[in-house]
Amino acid sequence: MLKTFSLGGVHPEENKFSAGQKIETLEIPEQVSVLVAQHIGGPAEVAVDKGDQVKVGQIIATAAGFVSTNIHSPVSGTVLKIDTIIDASGYRKKAIIIKTEGDEWEANIDRSETLVKEITATPQEIIRKITNAGIVGLGGATFPSHVKLSVPPGKKCEVLILNGVECEPYLTSDHQLMMEKGEEILVGTKILMKALNVDKAIIGIENNKKDAIEKMSELSKSYDGISIQPLKVQYPQGGEKQLIDACIGKQVPSGKLPIEVGAVVQNTGTVFAVYEAVQKNKPLFERVVTVTGKSVKKPSNFKARIGTPISQLIDAAGGLPEDTGKIIGGGPMMGKALTTTDIPVTKGSSGILIMPEEIAKRKPSQNCIRCAKCVSVCPMGLSPYLLMTVSEKSVWDRAEEEKIMDCIECGSCSFTCPSSRPLLDYIRLGKGTVGQIIRNRTNK
Amino acid sequence: MNVISITIITLASLGVAAAIILYFVAQKFKVFEDPRIDEVEEVLPAANCGGCGFPGCRAFAEALVKADDISDLNCPVGGADTMSKAASILGKKVQAAAPTVAVLKCNGTCESRPRLNHYDGAESCSIAASLYGGETGCSYGCLGMGECVDACQFNAMYMDKETGLPVIKEENCVSCGACVAACPKKIIEIRKQGPKNRRIYVACANKDKGGVAKKACSSACIACSKCMKACPFGAIIVHQNVAQINPETCRYCRKCTPECPTGAILEANFPPKKEKKELVKDKAE
Repeated sequence: MLKTFSLGGVHPEENKFSAGQKIETLEIPEQVSVLVAQHIGGPAEVAVDKGDQVKVGQIIATAAGFVSTNIHSPVSGTVLKIDTIIDASGYRKKAIIIKTEGDEWEANIDRSETLVKEITATPQEIIRKITNAGIVGLGGATFPSHVKLSVPPGKKCEVLILNGVECEPYLTSDHQLMMEKGEEILVGTKILMKALNVDKAIIGIENNKKDAIEKMSELSKSYDGISIQPLKVQYPQGGEKQLIDACIGKQVPSGKLPIEVGAVVQNTGTVFAVYEAVQKNKPLFERVVTVTGKSVKKPSNFKARIGTPISQLIDAAGGLPEDTGKIIGGGPMMGKALTTTDIPVTKGSSGILIMPEEIAKRKPSQNCIRCAKCVSVCPMGLSPYLLMTVSEKSVWDRAEEEKIMDCIECGSCSFTCPSSRPLLDYIRLGKGTVGQIIRNRTNK
Repeated sequence: MNVISITIITLASLGVAAAIILYFVAQKFKVFEDPRIDEVEEVLPAANCGGCGFPGCRAFAEALVKADDISDLNCPVGGADTMSKAASILGKKVQAAAPTVAVLKCNGTCESRPRLNHYDGAESCSIAASLYGGETGCSYGCLGMGECVDACQFNAMYMDKETGLPVIKEENCVSCGACVAACPKKIIEIRKQGPKNRRIYVACANKDKGGVAKKACSSACIACSKCMKACPFGAIIVHQNVAQINPETCRYCRKCTPECPTGAILEANFPPKKEKKELVKDKAE
């Protein structure tokens, strides 16, 4: 019996159409739009002016505070303007628009493909390099990685958990990265283990990626302290708290961080970026993006520069199908519908999913039939039906009592509801409002 | 017979004893409540809408009785009439607040603001606003799902199917501010009613640059500042790419309205403008 997390969960159709597709390097776009807010925390401060010449990997926006990251130019060329563009949130946000001229990289970046196994950097150097390289959680949450690696005083990290779960249906970018860059990921893991001063790392991989489990197990034999943990296929296993539960059987208490149980979780994509930053001096300016969907001609995994318009990725995957109903940034469970194809790739873009009209359309909401399916699938042990009602009626104190802030917005409740009720829509609204109330209270 | 009289006597003495105890307890734990609170509450409209900023009319009455200076307290529903009645009960002075009304700072009708995408999530403005900018290119304008109409207790609002925007029925609006609080885009404003109920205001809240705003909506304020230059009283400022008319300094001359290239300045309840030729003719007659 394979391990999994203890509470709730669902198993949607996997639809991994792009599995096994080699990572293709996408052509460098003629123009990129690099958003300054690509991570959780304060937006980076623009460090270039209109007309400036930039090189690939040059810092174009600097971190504003501790919970923020640097942003590097993904292309070489001239800064056209600093303007606002519509991003995945559907609102206009500040972005640096760069016109591509050639492909000249910063001199200190090692562009060779050779594997550098030896880790010479000290733990402080590693964290500094990760901070400078602007690395964020590439699973989609985009939390600055250096913040996670800075273990607060008095706490001790005992185990590093790597997230190779990719529990979202359709997406295959992490899977393919493990297949092609397994060795690099393992060196990256070693780097993080050194930075965190731990001697144990677990890579959690769901059992629908048997080839990746096999390959990583084989490779990990020559790396001390790294073990591979095959996991039962269950959504949302990629959630930080769910993965910790599945791998080491410990539950993170409500409102606390994983370090409370001695764990630090990083995504495999992030670890690959760490490898590149520390061993090759390469900052984060490109990532693997899955472009997929039922009617997509050529579901693919692309390595794309940050700032590439998603229309270019869609064209490279065979163009926009005629029956398109929705274009989703991310996976089908937690992703967000996008309003235009001009939206650029960001550090958090794990995939672009093109849904045909008939599947994308939401069914009309009906009355709650008190079946409690939402309660049984909630991985956080909440009562989604109740949270929806209290959010709808604006009973914020009750929502807080019912632990609305613990919701990880995985969408299992909305997915499973036989009455197609917009449970998560209301819970997310409530979570936003209650979060604001709590912040106001603590700031007082 | 005996049993009956014993019963009566016992019950009667129990009753008397209880009454005496209750009397002393009542004396001991007496809560003094100003009788004027009841009197004031009587003259308040009993709408319990919260427009005054207090939870219901009773709480407002208590606040009126308690406060020494009631000039900053106002019941928007009852208006000057109610306030002067309440003030006369309390023997306090009240300044008549200028009557106000809610206005919508968006004129993005279906025609002027084409739909670019289709929203099929939960039917709620605040949820849509938490997800994205809206179905049109303007991320500041009305989302059109009528959360303000649901919030109105006075039947003063309805959704106009043709324009897709809420309409405020002036005669019913008490300017309690429930719609202002309900709107996630914050595009409803409580504004001075103006002389003879006449108002002039910028019906746009789009903070994007002129070109972007114009592309999204043909009746958007494009921050060209023409109105600001036309205003002889300095009542108009352009702040964050939107023009604003200050109702305190505006003299209702309407010189700004024809200047606006997009028609973003709206007038309410003015008589139709006379053409210049007609004026000359009038004089000749």
